[in-house]
Amino acid sequence: MAASVRLLFRRLARLSHKNITSSAATVSRRPGCCLGPSSSRCISDTAEDRSTHFGFEKVPEAEKAKRVYKVFENVAQKYDVMNDAMSLGVHRLWKDMLLHVMHPQPGARLLDVAGGTGDISFRFLDYILYQQERRKRRAAASSQTPSWQDISDKYPTEDRPQESRAVVCDINKEMLKVGKQRADSMGITSGLSWVVGDAEELPFDDDQFDIYTIAFGIRNVTHIDQTLQEALRVLKPGGRFMCLEFSKVTNPVLAKLYDVYSFQVIPVLGEVIAGDWKSYQYLVESIRKFPDQEEFKGMIEDTGFFCVQYFNFTGGVVALHSGFKL
Amino acid sequence: RCRFVSGAFLAKTTLLVHRLFTSGAELTYSYDGLYPGHIQTTSFQKALLAVGSGVAALQDPYRHDMVAVLGETTGHLALINLRERMKNDPEGYTILTERPRIRLSTLDLEKMASLPDESFGREYLRFLEDNKVTPDSRAEVKFVDNEELAYIMLRYREVHDLLHTLLGMPTNMLGEVAVKWFEAAQMGLPMCALGAVLGPLQLNASRLQSLFTSLGPWALQNGRRARCVLSIFYERRWEQSLEDLRRELNIEPPPLTLSASNKRRRQI
Repeated sequence: MAASVRLLFRRLARLSHKNITSSAATVSRRPGCCLGPSSSRCISDTAEDRSTHFGFEKVPEAEKAKRVYKVFENVAQKYDVMNDAMSLGVHRLWKDMLLHVMHPQPGARLLDVAGGTGDISFRFLDYILYQQERRKRRAAASSQTPSWQDISDKYPTEDRPQESRAVVCDINKEMLKVGKQRADSMGITSGLSWVVGDAEELPFDDDQFDIYTIAFGIRNVTHIDQTLQEALRVLKPGGRFMCLEFSKVTNPVLAKLYDVYSFQVIPVLGEVIAGDWKSYQYLVESIRKFPDQEEFKGMIEDTGFFCVQYFNFTGGVVALHSGFKL
Repeated sequence: RCRFVSGAFLAKTTLLVHRLFTSGAELTYSYDGLYPGHIQTTSFQKALLAVGSGVAALQDPYRHDMVAVLGETTGHLALINLRERMKNDPEGYTILTERPRIRLSTLDLEKMASLPDESFGREYLRFLEDNKVTPDSRAEVKFVDNEELAYIMLRYREVHDLLHTLLGMPTNMLGEVAVKWFEAAQMGLPMCALGAVLGPLQLNASRLQSLFTSLGPWALQNGRRARCVLSIFYERRWEQSLEDLRRELNIEPPPLTLSASNKRRRQI
């Protein structure tokens, strides 16, 4: 009896939306039937019917990707300025921590999904360069004779490492455009490539990358589980999945302050600096809709990653989740 | 069995209440808030917006949207005052009920071009052509929390170009400052007053002189004694002669004739 009332309520809610689907027609043809498993199959589950969240708003799944695209198209030009203004520069520290935990070695191939304006990739290249400098210095300091490493480096290797070591992949062309401009102004000429792609359906072969990162992008995808599966697919065995994302603040006092700051100040900053209130309203709402640290850890484990762990930064405002493909 | 019904119902009402009290994201086809484009804001947010938009507008005078936001967040009392004046005027009252909009789609440009010279419609068209502006470039109203006041704000923005025609001022810096002085004297919007005070800072000495000696006093005097310019149903007066309209509104013709410049339109 309770199940029937619930089902009826759900059906009424669906009917009140504009998209009348075949489920409604099926239901009307079978009034007063004993509602069992057969009837639940009548309620069709197409993409238009399934809904997801866009911030606090409910939208059909097919529409979410479009709206997210629009948001980032609008904010692309002022994205970096806004990041600095909203986090008071702290986002740089978070991204530095990501690189520190990642600790990439020369020769690593990075896929930076939702990489947009390239923050992670630039840091990655810098880090690798720094590691290479350290090695060279150590080799020069230790002895005059060349080390095995140096001798082997001089030989042409059979599988030459690809020229592009960091690949920035983003669904949004405007964000990539801004990223490319930044790369040009920083004078980065090699080791970087820019690819337009959907995180839920990556345009890469299996087992390609050593490290997969997605920084502040995964809460914007429509299907998180599909994104995680794609990450598993394109990583080499032994490869590492790393996800930096806004998460739940555990301390109640800090949580209240964070809430007030998010909802009162950030949209105002968005309006004043970027001329776009609604996009930043979406941003703070989408943070609240994202699963918390433990739940997301569970999702990563379910996908098939091992040794999943997370690190909280700034009291849980940001969490870094990491897992390995073995 | 009642548990499930009340659970779903409670969830729905909580969502509704939540959306009423937070500034919710807007749907493309329907809208949250009192009118399309309306964004709910708390007083704290309005204060922040006023300060932020003021700073942004001062730093970059070409940010028309910031000027608009400043006007909306600071103009509540002035808008209420304007609404009273419009309600007390019969033509103003008609405007408040009929809510006309001035945009290219509602103007019959061919008919206006065929009107005789010195008629209001012809002179307005000439103003649009000379200064290379369009009536469609107004920012929409976002932060006014009353639907009628939001319309008055919008009407003020749309009437701004018509004011230029009435006063005979082009859209260069000096002309804009003169119009701002007139508007500040007439409507009392803090944003106009701010523009009136800060605008002259960007003028050179000779223009400052003409502003302070002839244009300025003329603008202020006429602003004070003219009939409320928002109360005029301009859309029905295209055929009226400009002189006639000026006399009706109690506006003297400008003491100086300024020519339109080719420079990019500055708006304060």
